[in-house]
Amino acid sequence: MTKEEEITLGKTACKVRMGVLTATHGAKAGHPGGSLSAADVFTYLYFRELNIDPQNPKRKDRDRFVLSKGHTAPGLYAALAYRGFFPVDDLPTLRHIDSYLQGHPNMDAVPGVDMSTGSLGQGVSCAAGMALGLKHQGSAARVYTLLGDGEMQEGQVWEALMFAAHYRLDNMCVIIDHNGLQIDGTNEKVMGLGSIPDKLRAFGLNVFQIDGHDFQAMEKAFDAARQIKGKPSAIVLETTKGKGVSYMEGQVGWHGKAPNDEEYARGMAELSAQLAELEAV
Amino acid sequence: MADVKKVATRQSYGEALKELGAAHPDVVVLDADLANATKTEIFKKAFPDRHFDCGIAESDMMCVAAGLSTTGYVPFASSFAMFAAGRAFEQVRNSIGYPHLNVKIGATHGGISVGEDGASHQCCEDFALMRSIPGMVVMSPADDVETKAMVWAAYEHQGPVYMRFSRYGAPVIHDADRFTFEIGKGEVLREGSDVALIANGLLVAEALEAAELLAQQGISARVIDMATIKPLDEGLVLNAAKECGRLVTCEEHSIIGGLGEAVCAVIAKHGLPCPVERIGVNDEFGHSGPAGALLEQFGLCAGHIAEAAHG
Repeated sequence: MTKEEEITLGKTACKVRMGVLTATHGAKAGHPGGSLSAADVFTYLYFRELNIDPQNPKRKDRDRFVLSKGHTAPGLYAALAYRGFFPVDDLPTLRHIDSYLQGHPNMDAVPGVDMSTGSLGQGVSCAAGMALGLKHQGSAARVYTLLGDGEMQEGQVWEALMFAAHYRLDNMCVIIDHNGLQIDGTNEKVMGLGSIPDKLRAFGLNVFQIDGHDFQAMEKAFDAARQIKGKPSAIVLETTKGKGVSYMEGQVGWHGKAPNDEEYARGMAELSAQLAELEAV
Repeated sequence: MADVKKVATRQSYGEALKELGAAHPDVVVLDADLANATKTEIFKKAFPDRHFDCGIAESDMMCVAAGLSTTGYVPFASSFAMFAAGRAFEQVRNSIGYPHLNVKIGATHGGISVGEDGASHQCCEDFALMRSIPGMVVMSPADDVETKAMVWAAYEHQGPVYMRFSRYGAPVIHDADRFTFEIGKGEVLREGSDVALIANGLLVAEALEAAELLAQQGISARVIDMATIKPLDEGLVLNAAKECGRLVTCEEHSIIGGLGEAVCAVIAKHGLPCPVERIGVNDEFGHSGPAGALLEQFGLCAGHIAEAAHG
């Protein structure tokens, strides 16, 4: 990845973050914290990694993405909108009555959404089913799924990982947004997860652990994951919840709360400054 | 009915899957370590590369089926009714029902006639659970012939389908050469004008026997095989209510939430002055025992139906 490409991704990620704030502010609800911690990986996936076509969202040989942590729909919607799947102007209608931008992703309503999710632990199983189907039909398409770290407390996640390893789904890439926080507090306080990479390795996955806000590191991990044969890969992203908006960073209170008008203006100003800084490079 | 051939509908399900699989390469079958009992092993032997064991993980299996369906396959996900509809309810609701995916659920070992395994495995709540999911088709066949036709109909239908089969042998009451099946259509097996017995599953044969008993007492009983619980054949129910004036619903399911309540809702909606007696498991758990003895003990046999028909 050239420096220029990295800067371009950084600028897009800034816009995705603005989209998260705009959507949750418009909704007066939603989940900004985990949308912001994952904004960089949403950007990397939709602007670099995934083989997709916004003009033909259901193309058969496309790569799939399943947002297993469905509550961070604002981040996914912002990435999809900036990638051209639907108008950016629709983001503030998030969660409004009669809007197609439901609180959690609905595959039947939103172009580019490959699976309806929201109930934690289920998306990763659905992704495994997609990976099995694509592999069975000899497709080269890959399946990516993003989980929250708190979501790893759902037993079904481990059922799905066993399945993926058992059926040698090397076309599947499991991404963990490890920001360390969930609704009731830190992961370790709520329900200790121990070492997520160690657990994933024990379940038969090929594991990468990287800085989840570093596009160069993402490129290395996602490229390497594509070369792994015979087993699924996992990329554990070490992230900061609320990343990019100073008053949200590392604050568990911003898991599921929308910014008010003043907070919205402040957050947008911060992100605009970050964008301007990148544009000046 | 001692001279009638009996086949457990789980066996018919396994055989039907094999035939369906031969005709349609997009059919895949999932099981959760019960292929031997659900009889999907019959499909597995014929098409080992299209049968996927998910291990003892029914929740994962339902979502895997959902994912598979998005890639163009038609998955038949199989387990015992208790685990398919019970344990994995929320997965079926959110990952199959909500996106209206083309997944077929084949649930065996429904009802009290599971027998010796006891209450933990005797699912009498699956119709209620599955009926409550928008867009879900819910069916329970009476015999071998109907099961096989139903499995093909489920494949042809676009969208989620729940089918419940039995472990216990069911008398074969249909003629395979003349039988046709349509989702959402009940079938009048015997005409009658004093009372209508509306049944599904194992209790269809019991209802036919009850009609014989009633005939001997000078009561003319209509017998309806209502294999589809949702969408319910409302026209057939209304005609029966108007023409017979009295209904008895018969199902191997809790009297709460199944065929009986679905029929009552139709009668209430149309304000018909027609009493409905519900034969079913009376809001209690089962226990271990031979299937036949349990059906008798829980009041699910021809004699009980005939008695209920008297009012």
